Amino acid sequence: MKRLFLIEYEKLRANRSSRILIGAYFILLTSIALIAAIKFDIGPIKFHLAEQGIFNFPYVWHFNAYIGAWFKIFLAVVIVSMTANEYSNKTIKQNLIDGLSKREFLHSKWVMLFALAAISTLFIFVVSLILGLIYSNYNEFSIIVQDLEYLAAFFIKLMAFFGLCLFLGTAIKRSAFALGFLGIWQMFEGFCYGMLKWKSPEWLNAEDVYRFFPLNAMSNLIREPFSRLSAVRNLADQVGEQMTKNTDVQLLDILIVSVWCYIFYALTYRLLKRRDL
Amino acid sequence: MKLILNVNELTKKFGHLTAVDRLSFSIEKGNVYGMLGPNGSGKSTTLGMILNVVNPTAGKFSWFGGTQSTHQALKRVGAIIERPNFYPFMTGAQNLQLVCRIKEVPKSKIEEKLELVDLLDRKHDKFKTYSLGMKQRLAIASALLNDPEILILDEPTNGLDPQGIAQVRDIIFKIAAQGTTILLASHLLDEVEKVCSHVLVLQKGKQIYFGPVTALTTDHGYFELDATDLARLLKALEENKLIKAVEQQGALVLAYPNETLEIETLSKALTSKGIVLTHLAKKHKSLEEQFLTLTKKNKA
Repeated sequence: MKRLFLIEYEKLRANRSSRILIGAYFILLTSIALIAAIKFDIGPIKFHLAEQGIFNFPYVWHFNAYIGAWFKIFLAVVIVSMTANEYSNKTIKQNLIDGLSKREFLHSKWVMLFALAAISTLFIFVVSLILGLIYSNYNEFSIIVQDLEYLAAFFIKLMAFFGLCLFLGTAIKRSAFALGFLGIWQMFEGFCYGMLKWKSPEWLNAEDVYRFFPLNAMSNLIREPFSRLSAVRNLADQVGEQMTKNTDVQLLDILIVSVWCYIFYALTYRLLKRRDL
Repeated sequence: MKLILNVNELTKKFGHLTAVDRLSFSIEKGNVYGMLGPNGSGKSTTLGMILNVVNPTAGKFSWFGGTQSTHQALKRVGAIIERPNFYPFMTGAQNLQLVCRIKEVPKSKIEEKLELVDLLDRKHDKFKTYSLGMKQRLAIASALLNDPEILILDEPTNGLDPQGIAQVRDIIFKIAAQGTTILLASHLLDEVEKVCSHVLVLQKGKQIYFGPVTALTTDHGYFELDATDLARLLKALEENKLIKAVEQQGALVLAYPNETLEIETLSKALTSKGIVLTHLAKKHKSLEEQFLTLTKKNKA
């Protein structure tokens, strides 16, 4: 395991663009903390975002996991090129000839995906904990450890997304096309959802089907946190709108995404195994 | 003899095309094997299969008696196929370090092998800045990192300039002299002729010869002759029971013996008939001629 990790680590470390992108990604993850600096002080209107309760425990876990997940696109570029380059440089061929098995090759990539997802989760955890300890109105231990499942969801979401990127990089072998395909896939899911809503028979709920689509399932893992904010709720109450949306992490979504994660792994292996180099 | 590789009925089809057709051969320790065949005869596909990058359609192969999985066995092999494939953004030394990790050999070998291929002074430069000759030499260093039990080279001098060809050849000679088993695929016959003890000849994916270079042709060589009286010479040769065929090529007469015939025997026989020879030489066909005869025979 350590050997496989080091093989991939050496490849990534030597590649300058990967290094820069990974660096930028972790800086951006940390920059969530900058939200705390948003302050308006215009005469009678004093507004400090950090004081609006977004960093309250346990809400901060949800909020930061949601925001942090947006930055994953940076790593998508790294991961897609991580495999696509192996094909364009034909180094995958040389790796296999040198005595790496196809399964080991895949595992060296997946160990790196795991490491990236784990470090990201750790980052979100530490940043949220610090922000919470500074700004939260409630600092009791029992409240702090509430809702930690959002971090688990964040981790699984990243793993599945990275797995998809790795699969696309392997299948398409060209970084730019693979990323383009990811965009097209997102649109395709939206299109399918629209068609389902429009054309599906009565006994079929479009939402229920849409829930199983990979990208949508990933986004369902951590639903938007804004409707939970008391400020937003108050506003909704005033305009007479009922906010009854469930924004919890749902077990079924975790299950769906985990299955997708495994499917991406298995498909990538199948592809590697069957393809002649 | 220790068996290194055994190939049995190995076949690869790409759609309708049969690139490699039921190939069977075996490689023993200490010999230098040449793999001959024109472009597209299936050399690279065969090597691809035994090196785990091309999936065989049928047939089997086993490394070192088949006690290990192929990828484990490949750690004991050194191979370069076609172009040198390395990470362009890594330095020569970093690339070799990665290979050490994959092959699970200590990094201490890197310096030694870089010195062998004369790249020590460029080891901290990125691979993409290397010339083709340097890339190929780095590939050789990389293949030697594990002190392999067999070295597989596929067209190692392809695309190199004369100086590069000479350098790579020198390295191959050096390695062969150390007693390393080598499998060298090439369409350059003199390259194979100079180093190989055994040859495998392929044509359109089929194996048309496998065995020692010396036994490639069953004939006993031929004689080149010339005499002051050409007519008498021809007559004498045709009457000689030891000669099976006579032909004229330019100013010379070529005579093919039935069995091994010593040059003195022929000379005495002709002199006793009063023929004055002005030229007499015993020749063997070069590998190139043998190869052409062989491929022509199989086409018919």
